[in-house]
Amino acid sequence: MAYSDKVVDHYENPRNVGSLDKADPNVGTGLVGAPACGDVMRLQLRIGDDGVIEDAKFKTFGCGSAIASSSLVTEWVKGKSIEEAAKITNSAIAEELSLPPVKIHCSVLAEDAIKAAIADYKQKKGV
Amino acid sequence: MKTPIYMDNHATTPLDPRVLEAMMPYLTEHFGNAASRSHPFGWAAEEASEQARERVAALIGGSGKEIVWTSGATESINLALKGITEFYKDRGNHVITAKTEHKAVLDTCKRLERSGCEVTFLDVDKHGRLDPEAVRAAITDRTVLVSVMAANNEIGTIHPIREIGAITREKGVFFHVDAAQAAGKVALDVNECNIDLASLSAHKMYGPKGVGALWVRRRPRVRLTGLIDGGGHERGMRSGTINVPGVVGFGMAAEIAQREMVEESARVRALRDRLQQQIVGGLDMVYLNGHPEHRLDGNLNLSFAFVEGEGMMMALKDVAVSSGSACTSASLEPSHVLRACGVEEDLAHTSIRFGLGRFNTEEEVDHVAKLVVEKVKRLRDMSPLYEMAKDGIDLKSIEWSAH
Repeated sequence: MAYSDKVVDHYENPRNVGSLDKADPNVGTGLVGAPACGDVMRLQLRIGDDGVIEDAKFKTFGCGSAIASSSLVTEWVKGKSIEEAAKITNSAIAEELSLPPVKIHCSVLAEDAIKAAIADYKQKKGV
Repeated sequence: MKTPIYMDNHATTPLDPRVLEAMMPYLTEHFGNAASRSHPFGWAAEEASEQARERVAALIGGSGKEIVWTSGATESINLALKGITEFYKDRGNHVITAKTEHKAVLDTCKRLERSGCEVTFLDVDKHGRLDPEAVRAAITDRTVLVSVMAANNEIGTIHPIREIGAITREKGVFFHVDAAQAAGKVALDVNECNIDLASLSAHKMYGPKGVGALWVRRRPRVRLTGLIDGGGHERGMRSGTINVPGVVGFGMAAEIAQREMVEESARVRALRDRLQQQIVGGLDMVYLNGHPEHRLDGNLNLSFAFVEGEGMMMALKDVAVSSGSACTSASLEPSHVLRACGVEEDLAHTSIRFGLGRFNTEEEVDHVAKLVVEKVKRLRDMSPLYEMAKDGIDLKSIEWSAH
């Protein structure tokens, strides 16, 4: 399968690879997927007191499309409020990266990662 | 060194230039139909086809009269399995095979089940090898056929064909061997191994695509119902005009393979060992899939823990390899072969198959090994699992989200 240029670009030059301090109360961590299914994404968001996402980092075990999807969402969520970030859909990710049907799953995982990271943050904050 | 580098010789092999040279006249001046018995064009084609039969049969110790030309090993397998069970349906309806067979066998067996056969799919050991005693134990008085591949296409494991053949002969059960991967690479003798039918493919041994053969024993005679009706070619077992340039190429490919097998296997094995040593020497947590000794010389199937196979292949963009992961398929399930060997699913997703062949060089091996080490390190730095493992977290203790 030929990958789109955007997938290749994100795969070869992934944005925001790394880790944030899990213990930081302002950091929400989303870990989705399963090793047995061949993909695991970890998305971390540092959220300011105004509810705006200041920083995002990811690490992904998966195919090129999974890596590209997670890299893309780190770019998209930065500067957004958590409400706005929660509205990012898998179809927008899939469309941006021109993912073929068999890779839609990767974009679903990326959407889930955002939701999971926000949920973790909210749980920490007790909101 | 030219890129991309081809290291997927289990999928297909490049045509040997000597094979092409042999084929050329049969595409142009000797274009006759081998079934045309009334003029020199037909005679030339028939003679070439007969010579090719001898060469292909000689590779496995058989006689040219026992060769049925087909379009490839998949067709040969279909003909063997369906043809035998149909012809001998009064004798029984039970077939035995292994869980690690090629889809051509497994899917044919599933069809046989739908048409009333009973099929036993045997387990293999952790190296993917079948225990001959498991075959013996599975045989019943309704068993008509045992079908086992000589060498596995994914992990390279070579089965104890001779031992299985001794059992099937003793029990009076037909023995079909899918020899697509093994033929031309390891010595395989149909008489020594008591094989009754063997499926072969030209393009796995530096011959052309679209041509294969089913070797069918004449003494003691093995009979089967043909699947394709028509002009009664190939003793009624497979009608259709013979692909003369194809079979000539197949014959030449078989002849070269037989002549050069000993020397070539030593050379390919040295390349494979060099690749393995450099990769394993440069990385930790790399695991060999398949049998450490009983395996094809050109096969190297490795799991790179915490790095997904498809993602890895993308990093090796100038190298043609394949993966047992299933990220491209909707099922998300990794290779049935690795699972049958008991490889844990997470590790099965990290496997890469390197297939070395006649035209690979040391320079290519060194380049690929260096690239693999570098890319695995890069991808592990990006892998949450590697980080967690390094932090001492037991990945099995985590409740992963099902999806």
